[in-house]
Amino acid sequence: MSRFAFMLGLYRDYFANYLKTKLSYRADFWIEVLSDLMFNGLNLVFIFVVFLHTPTLGDWSEAEVVFVYGYFMIASGLFSTFFSAWNFSERYIVKGEMDRVLTRPAHSLSQVMLENMDPPAFVGSIVGFVIMITAWTTLGLPFHWYDPLVLIIMVLGSCFIYMGIYTALSAISFYSDAPTGIGPLIYNIQNYGRYPVEIYNKTIKFLLTWLLPFAFVGVYPASFFLGRLDDWWMAWLTPVVGIVVLSLGLWFWNYGVRRYRGAGS
Amino acid sequence: MTSAYLDFVRIRFLMMLAYRVNYYSGIIIYAINIGAYYFLWKAIFGEAETLQGFTVIQMSTYVAVSWMARAFYFNNLDREISGEIVDGSVAIQIIRPYSYLFVKMMQGFGEGLFRLGLFMVPGMIIVSFIFPIELPTDPMQWIVFFIMIWFSFLINSQLNILTGLSAFFFENNQGVMMMKRIMVDLLSGVILPIAFFPGWAISVMNWLPFQAITYLPGSVFTGRIQGGDVWNALLTQVIWTAVLIVPIMLVWRAARRRLFVQGG
Repeated sequence: MSRFAFMLGLYRDYFANYLKTKLSYRADFWIEVLSDLMFNGLNLVFIFVVFLHTPTLGDWSEAEVVFVYGYFMIASGLFSTFFSAWNFSERYIVKGEMDRVLTRPAHSLSQVMLENMDPPAFVGSIVGFVIMITAWTTLGLPFHWYDPLVLIIMVLGSCFIYMGIYTALSAISFYSDAPTGIGPLIYNIQNYGRYPVEIYNKTIKFLLTWLLPFAFVGVYPASFFLGRLDDWWMAWLTPVVGIVVLSLGLWFWNYGVRRYRGAGS
Repeated sequence: MTSAYLDFVRIRFLMMLAYRVNYYSGIIIYAINIGAYYFLWKAIFGEAETLQGFTVIQMSTYVAVSWMARAFYFNNLDREISGEIVDGSVAIQIIRPYSYLFVKMMQGFGEGLFRLGLFMVPGMIIVSFIFPIELPTDPMQWIVFFIMIWFSFLINSQLNILTGLSAFFFENNQGVMMMKRIMVDLLSGVILPIAFFPGWAISVMNWLPFQAITYLPGSVFTGRIQGGDVWNALLTQVIWTAVLIVPIMLVWRAARRRLFVQGG
């Protein structure tokens, strides 16, 4: 418990530090928010324009697809708020900042996460939430008292999946210092998860469900609220898959840290 | 002087060649993106034979060829120029006895040549094995298409230069660059052919340069534009290339007067 309080205190201090640096470049914050929203806006425009020409995608209606996208925005916004170490290999391994991180008492991964926090991304989550609620009312879905609780569990599960996968990807740098280009690759596969998996072929569906479980950051958990799953337990696998993927990612990271020898110089 | 400029093309080409490993994963990324849109469009078509005059095969061909054309015309000139403006190295480049903007264009050209040979052509071959697409049989279509994507490259680079130069006027032009990138992706027809937009949007987009980057060459390649209209499409591109020189010149003039180097 004291460890938890310690982390929370660290988070508060880092956040204060973040605010201080950002306040000197106030416009940057809003530019980041705007860029983020425009990127999501692009995908929403795609959905809206496409549905001018077709009543359904697979057998999903426009509001349902928008609902899934809203859910995706909540989860991915929350994830990017706390984890955006996209240049991990360059900054921490090549430039040797990992050595500094390792001399400090807090866990190395949490330090890396804290140093790279990106609060503007959270605005994306808020907008995603509004989009989801709008689609919810359009569809006239029933509201149960437990829905908010389920949403929190699902979103956490989805975030764990992202964190596990991207932690593992960052940890590759401990094993090999050559740039692998695998990060952008996975990032692009991630985009498949925004749409109902039924539209893809069997191989891709299998990949997105069991190997790189991005379908659990979108269509499966969202289906719980939409009340449309062939197997009701699929949605409930979200937190389970999240914990499994995060544990694997952490294990891979910790093992990598033990192997890490520094970049020299 | 010409040979000096040609050297800039050569040097950039060799520089790209040195980092070619990054581009092998690029081919896979483009294949992944083409795949995502291929399945999306298949689901969008559903039972329908044609949508907005596109057949399913035409649509997947369009998606493949427009992403592959993007592999060729895409460059980071906007990022490079604004980077040089922010760190002040533009000051040194301006006093050198060459045209800064022309050198940038040549470097972009070197990158384009590299991307054509090592990214677009192999990518197109790989993609044509994975997805059911239909390549044109008329050699004339191929020739016109390759001429047209050169103009795509020119227009896209001109827009990049214009965006990059905005760093002279804003201390942080990240937002402008992001906005340009999204406008190019949305309005040029990479993710959505222009024919799918509502009527009012199409009439606006016909007056913008973006459609000349992807939609026009893609339409020629898939045979949606035929006969005399092909020359009209090409003419549209030529006109936009010429027209865009004007704002670049104006901005460049205004910019040099107000250059202040941040930091130092």
